Amino acid sequence: MAQVKEYQGLVKPDWCPGCGDFGVLNALQRALADLDIAPHNVLVVSGIGCSSNLPGFIRAYGFHGLHGRSLPVAAGAKLANHELTVIAAGGDGDGYGIGAGHFIHTCRRNFNMTYIVMDNQIYGLTTGQASPTTEKDIRTKSTPEGTIEIPLNPVALALTCGATYVARGFSGENLQLANLMKGAIEHKGFALVDVFSPCVTYNKHNTYPWFKERIYKLEDEKHDPANFQAAMERAFEWGNRIPIGLFFKVERPTYEDEEPALRSGPLVRQPLRRTNLAAVMEEFL
Amino acid sequence: MADCVFRVGGEGGEGVISTGELLTLTLARAGYEIYTFRTYPAEIKGGHANYQVRASDKLLLSQGAQVDVLVAFNEEAYQKHIKDLRSGGVLLYDADSFTPPPADSAIFYGIPLTSLATEKVGVKLTKNIVSLGVMSSLFDIPIETFEELLKERFGRKGETVVQKNLQALRVGYDYIKTQQKKDAIRLGPGPRQAKELVMSGNESLALGAIASGLKFYFGYPITPATDIMEFLAKELPKIGGFVVQTEDEISALGAVLGASFSGAKAMTATSGPGFSLMIEMLGLAEMSETPAVVVDVQRVGPSTGMPTKTEQGDLYLAVYGGHGSCPRVVLALSSVEDCFYGIMQAFNIAERFQMPVIVLSDQYLGHRKATVPKPDPSRVQIINRLAPTAEELKAGYKRYRFTDSGVSPMAVPGTEGGHYVAEGLEHDEIGYPAASNHENHLRMTEKRYKKFQAVEAIANELVNLYGVEHPEIGIIGWGSSEGVIREAVQMAVDQGYSVGALHPKILYPQPLAKLRPFIEGAKAVIIPELNYTGQFATLLRKRFALDFIQLNKVIGLPFTPREIFDKIVEVAEHVRAGRRNLAARV
Repeated sequence: MAQVKEYQGLVKPDWCPGCGDFGVLNALQRALADLDIAPHNVLVVSGIGCSSNLPGFIRAYGFHGLHGRSLPVAAGAKLANHELTVIAAGGDGDGYGIGAGHFIHTCRRNFNMTYIVMDNQIYGLTTGQASPTTEKDIRTKSTPEGTIEIPLNPVALALTCGATYVARGFSGENLQLANLMKGAIEHKGFALVDVFSPCVTYNKHNTYPWFKERIYKLEDEKHDPANFQAAMERAFEWGNRIPIGLFFKVERPTYEDEEPALRSGPLVRQPLRRTNLAAVMEEFL
Repeated sequence: MADCVFRVGGEGGEGVISTGELLTLTLARAGYEIYTFRTYPAEIKGGHANYQVRASDKLLLSQGAQVDVLVAFNEEAYQKHIKDLRSGGVLLYDADSFTPPPADSAIFYGIPLTSLATEKVGVKLTKNIVSLGVMSSLFDIPIETFEELLKERFGRKGETVVQKNLQALRVGYDYIKTQQKKDAIRLGPGPRQAKELVMSGNESLALGAIASGLKFYFGYPITPATDIMEFLAKELPKIGGFVVQTEDEISALGAVLGASFSGAKAMTATSGPGFSLMIEMLGLAEMSETPAVVVDVQRVGPSTGMPTKTEQGDLYLAVYGGHGSCPRVVLALSSVEDCFYGIMQAFNIAERFQMPVIVLSDQYLGHRKATVPKPDPSRVQIINRLAPTAEELKAGYKRYRFTDSGVSPMAVPGTEGGHYVAEGLEHDEIGYPAASNHENHLRMTEKRYKKFQAVEAIANELVNLYGVEHPEIGIIGWGSSEGVIREAVQMAVDQGYSVGALHPKILYPQPLAKLRPFIEGAKAVIIPELNYTGQFATLLRKRFALDFIQLNKVIGLPFTPREIFDKIVEVAEHVRAGRRNLAARV
């Protein structure tokens, strides 16, 4: 088994002390080490935001691209070389706000990759505006009188859009989080790991103590991840009791499985069948 | 010399396009050079559609000025196009549909197309095939070639459908034999023996992309670029690749960058509205130094504009679209044949210099078909990106290492020791974010622009020159206007004018070593463009003191050779009169 330090990048994370994203980074490095995936076969793609700085802190290939656009880049990279372990990562604003369109379609395409959303229910890098998962009536810099709209439900959304592995973790529960990530990486299909990753600087509402009072583990209540209806019901639990753990898991052929061109290995390594070009030209005679 | 322009017009859904296509292929197989022009309504059913086919025994450069044979399936087609019929030209019309007023200037054949199709064939929809039978007999176009094509085209639909169409062809063929031939148009077999391909600009481009080593196409449907995606969806799997239809154009270019990062050649094609959405991804390609090819088949803008009509209005967006200092390359395709080789150049530049290359085509070029000699991919040597050496991978690999050329070796994921983060933030040589290092930003910007300057050097090879080499009156055009300009220049040279045309196939950076002597040696330079403000003229004004004479057309249609020729004559008069103020806009 590989050691966690093999996955540590040379750059020190620039997150605020106490940021939930430290726990996410540790859990991801732990998961990769446990699964013994060589760093050069791992690609971490992110968008923009505090959490999207993650690729720089991990020893692997990375693509730190545009705000909200991690999933299209990750999909393209995965299709070109589907032997790579591809992980997309970012925040709630990145994935559920500006990138929501990509999120729902990536779910239904079922690429074999993992999407980790560090959900702090706030825009942190821009210093504290409401995000798509900010709860109703919360005062932020962009909603001084409190938010009017209700928050988006990432777990329910992923379930309805066809994601085949849907989990939620908490960065204060590192062991469970690492296991959820391991399960996500091992799962054949599109896996969402939504993580409560508290912003200690700009979200004074959804804090560590706030979560600790409310969270419970799905595995402790004998939730059956094969049961879609049960997963949906759990997804809407919020308030005094908030579930974390694996909501749903199902096997469905991945996009890569269904694409005939990928059956004989990664396309990036397949030679071009140039001779067939002449045959294509014949069609125009 | 045979040179005949056919135009077929009617209601969308009446078989106008398939009549045009069958005529095109038959004439091409019969040994003629072909140049088609299509305009069609934005609606799927209904609305006026027409298809123009020009056939000649010599190389064709434009769609032609006047129509020799007009086929009108309904009165609207007659009314729209009769003004373009040349004196002594032929009108074939459906006599069941309308009766045109008699005219001395043209030869009319009223054919009861609808009743022949209904009564003699039993299928009303075959009236367009009846019209092809008429043309075959009247103008001596080999009927065997039509028959061969109908069998190929309808073979999949079953023997009954094939027989009905063959019957319709014969019905038209025999009917016109009973009439007096009043015109003098006779084509017979064409001069060319060697088979040529009949392709549209979009098909030629897609074929060239395959020849370049394309493995992935990511795209979103948009007129007039969609057929590139459809063609590749069918053909790319045969070579070893595939197409993914994404949720929008942002995602399409994002996936191109991802696939390219992984080491595969990938592209996307779109039109103006989609290209507008791709701008932020272009910036990412520039900053992260990821090779990418983006095709923009331009249509009339702004906004949704006129989706099925042609314009050259996206040049500013291609050159300047984006925030920050953006090193990118903009190529413009000039002919159906050039689409094949031009896209190969685009891939080579993208790979060699690790930057995005934007390729401008337009509806006029993308959708017109032409006979072209079988493309030879070996004419363009394929260039792949620079990879790090084993030593570089062992000793602290730096993805964005400063080099003399500005090009740094690019590792492919899966390579041991090559791991790096492709960065959209300003970064150092390793790829670490360096968003507060001011001096580094300058050095990195210079590094990226070194690559751009290197493209300038090869830009001078991507230029065509026609007519007089050091002319009194110069024309600088771009993109799909090449053939039209070339034909106009030939007309003017034949009449003794000192005219030459320079046609750069790269617009950014510009081939200055070719442009400078051409511009400085001419007394007047005309820049014809299918846009309102003169976008290329504006770019050139930044480089040259001369005030160019713009010729702008914005009605959603291409130039005709006559329009360019008239401008040449007008400018020549000014030059002869020694008038200095030539820049008055016309």
